[in-house]
Amino acid sequence: MSSRKELSGVNSVKTQVRGWLYLLPALLFLGAFMVYPLIDVFVYSFEEGFNSASQTSFGTGFYNYMYVLRDPYFIKAVKNTFILVIITVPVSTGLSLLISLGLSSIQKFRNWFQTIFFLPYVTNTLAVGLVFMILFRKTPYTDGLVNLILGKFGVSPIDFIDGPYWAKMMVLSIYVIWIVMPFKILILTSAIASVPEVYYKSAKIDGASSWRVFWRITLPVISPMIFYLVITGFIGAFKAYSDAVAIFGVNLNAADMNTIVGYVYDMLYGDGGGYPSYASAAAIILFAIVLTITVINLIVSRKATDNT
Amino acid sequence: MNVKIDNVTKVFPSRDKKDKTGVVAVRDFTIDIPDGELVCLLGPSGCGKSTLLYMICGLESPTEGKIFFGDSDVTDLPSEKRGVGLVFQNYALYPHMTVRQNIRFPLENLKGADKLTKEQMEEKVVEAAKIVQIDGLLDRKPGQMSGGQQQRVAIARALVKMPKVLLMDEPLSNLDARLRLQTREEIRRIQRHTGITTIFVTHDQEEAMSISDRIVVMKDGVLHQIGKPQEVYDDPQNLFVACFLGTPAVNVFEGEVKRGGLYIGNQKVLDVEGVSDRPVYVGVRPEGFIADPNGNLTCDLNGIDVMGRDISVVCSHKSSENVIRAIISAESEVDRECKTVKFNLKPHKTYLFDKETEERIKFS
Amino acid sequence: MKIKKPIIYFLLTIWAIIVLFPFYWMVLTSFKSYASYAGERIPRFIATNPTFENYSSAFMSVPLANYFSNTLIFTVVTTGLMVAIIIFAAYAFARINFKGRNLMFVAILALMMIPNELVVITNFVTITDLNLRNSFTGLILPSVTSVFYIYLLKENFEQVPDELYYAAKVDGTSDLKYLFKVMVPICRPTIITVIILKVIECWNSYVWPRLITDDPKYFLVSNGIQEIRENGFGRDNIPAMMAAVVAVSVPLIVLFLIFRKKIMAGVSREGIKG
Repeated sequence: MSSRKELSGVNSVKTQVRGWLYLLPALLFLGAFMVYPLIDVFVYSFEEGFNSASQTSFGTGFYNYMYVLRDPYFIKAVKNTFILVIITVPVSTGLSLLISLGLSSIQKFRNWFQTIFFLPYVTNTLAVGLVFMILFRKTPYTDGLVNLILGKFGVSPIDFIDGPYWAKMMVLSIYVIWIVMPFKILILTSAIASVPEVYYKSAKIDGASSWRVFWRITLPVISPMIFYLVITGFIGAFKAYSDAVAIFGVNLNAADMNTIVGYVYDMLYGDGGGYPSYASAAAIILFAIVLTITVINLIVSRKATDNT
Repeated sequence: MNVKIDNVTKVFPSRDKKDKTGVVAVRDFTIDIPDGELVCLLGPSGCGKSTLLYMICGLESPTEGKIFFGDSDVTDLPSEKRGVGLVFQNYALYPHMTVRQNIRFPLENLKGADKLTKEQMEEKVVEAAKIVQIDGLLDRKPGQMSGGQQQRVAIARALVKMPKVLLMDEPLSNLDARLRLQTREEIRRIQRHTGITTIFVTHDQEEAMSISDRIVVMKDGVLHQIGKPQEVYDDPQNLFVACFLGTPAVNVFEGEVKRGGLYIGNQKVLDVEGVSDRPVYVGVRPEGFIADPNGNLTCDLNGIDVMGRDISVVCSHKSSENVIRAIISAESEVDRECKTVKFNLKPHKTYLFDKETEERIKFS
Repeated sequence: MKIKKPIIYFLLTIWAIIVLFPFYWMVLTSFKSYASYAGERIPRFIATNPTFENYSSAFMSVPLANYFSNTLIFTVVTTGLMVAIIIFAAYAFARINFKGRNLMFVAILALMMIPNELVVITNFVTITDLNLRNSFTGLILPSVTSVFYIYLLKENFEQVPDELYYAAKVDGTSDLKYLFKVMVPICRPTIITVIILKVIECWNSYVWPRLITDDPKYFLVSNGIQEIRENGFGRDNIPAMMAAVVAVSVPLIVLFLIFRKKIMAGVSREGIKG
């Protein structure tokens, strides 16, 4: 008998047919909407001057990539995306670590806090973005709530939505962090909860200070999860788009706040759209960036875990 | 319904793709199981007994050979058409269904002329539940019951369609010791009550001995012996069967037959008529020793375990790889201070086996 | 961590306020009349004359109800189809022993790494070429399978002991009946989790609907909100917008409060997949 019991079955041919039949719907959809597009996007990206109306192109080559890389809108989008990533990933990871540690050290109201902290996960990004916009916006009638609070500290009103670049980037970062926190808190809280109680007990017997316990026990044990969150955080932040739309509206180029994904969609559809080739090239560049960063992350995390 | 297994061989494809021969789980196996008996397939794990059971119920098909229920060849019949009931080691109850729904489940699959009304089903469910004495628990879920009760439900589920053959795959192995004894007797009772031919797979020889009408001892997919429990115990056909049955196990010595005498070491321990001179294995049941200060087998005494009615003498001998255990009456005189102990052997508890083939050599 | 408990509670409360404040603000604003909102140079933290007028205008003067029913149809059909498809696929992988199964499974797992952004371009072109823009079919089709959920369910199906299957076979149960009478009920918790997560995803989906619909008749709530923001209510009727935002947010929050444990467990499992 083989180790995992599998029936050789009395009707073997029937079994073959049935297996593929059950799988068929999934395969059809995956083939049509994942595998084929995956191949096709590369084809598009190398077809020069593809015209979606006449379905013709001049030839093949790197023209689309060159165009995209020279497009000032794309460069702006790349810059915005990188700034967003560099701000939001460390801040959200650090903050969620602090909050998770806090959550893990209390008993009372813990469930309440956890429930509240998770709320942003189940909200509609577009809808709540509108609320953020209103809180930060300065209009002729009112400076907005945030400016009023800042005013108490002697800061003169700033237009966060239509004003200076750094102010807009700040609002976007705050919103992105607000949105991604629930997932990170949830993952880290359960990671901390999974640290075996005996470690803490034996550390207590050894008289280790709570600071030492954190650095020598909790952190090393949960570090794989932190790395995981950093990696997925990078990937997620590089794909930021609807958060920006939620705050600055559909025309992100006008707001100077476009992201790479936003650039892809703008190329594909909308006022400046109709260029699937440029969109494909941009999407592949994005994928290459994300892949590179992920690989770097993995190498760093491997090194870091080896050293501890 | 008598069950006949005729030259059945089962080969599984090997995990290693280069190996085309595959793994032989059951080899050229032939037995005839009489109607209404409870038969145990007994053997160490991996001996092919479960595979054989699965072939009888139709979940596996034999590579070669035929299986008959009565006169009809069922070899190519899918399992649902064979009319078998199957009970598993881990009960395999549907956890989301109540006991009642579990037992009723097989009946819901009946089609055409056999289709039952709701009332008929309920009647059969209650009847089956009564046989295994769980009719008070019909609305519970399996999770709320003890292992013994769950196994009864599983038996009721197997019985409810009135199977021609009831198959049990190590049904007692998941139970604790006390429940195992109880459920064992329960299975015996149910089998007698229903008179259904039952095939029971186990690796526990004690279980097999106590429950069955007939034991089928197998190893490495090959039939070693079939017979009534006491026959198999008293009259093992080869060294494996002798060793596998009985606790404590049979004691095995290396010996030699010379001119009608059996020698262990340089001591002649028995007269054996009609055996030609050759090296042999000597198997002696623990109860086959008689302590005798003038006995002709001398062993080094390791210790004595008192077990009340009997005592167990633990000793060793250079012709035996393992420690020797002799069980003798508590009245026997054994000098505990002495470094050695002497025995005589009871001829009918002593078996000779050929050193090469390990087959039994009869003597008188 | 021997930081004093009160400090921990204080900090956690601050974060709780940051999380809750936008919700509070949208509800509050939605109950202010346009006149009183516009008149507040310094926003008040309570609505002095609460009014439902904004809600009626959210449903009357913009087609919010229509966005809702579109989203509902989209969510129900997408989730329903997806659940059916993944149940069959997961069953095939977990239980049916056909040739090429393992190879196929590895191939499908590899698809998990493909970001949506890469495939969306061609899908957009495909749906456009099929003339399915501004239709439910176009909205729904690309999202009726999920590699991750197939994987999740397959793992769960495999935990059902083989013996249950053998027992069912001996009783003459067909595969289909076994799947729906035994496997699915036993794995119900996982299936429910998958359903809830998919519903959340559908309710919030924005990018694909935006690409594939430009006729407001087919807008989902996300696009509806965007449309309201750009063109609805005459530019700056913030209280009415907030009423719409509240209406869009409430269903998911209610769902969350009901299935809190399941959702959080499901999401943290999704986190472990990497």
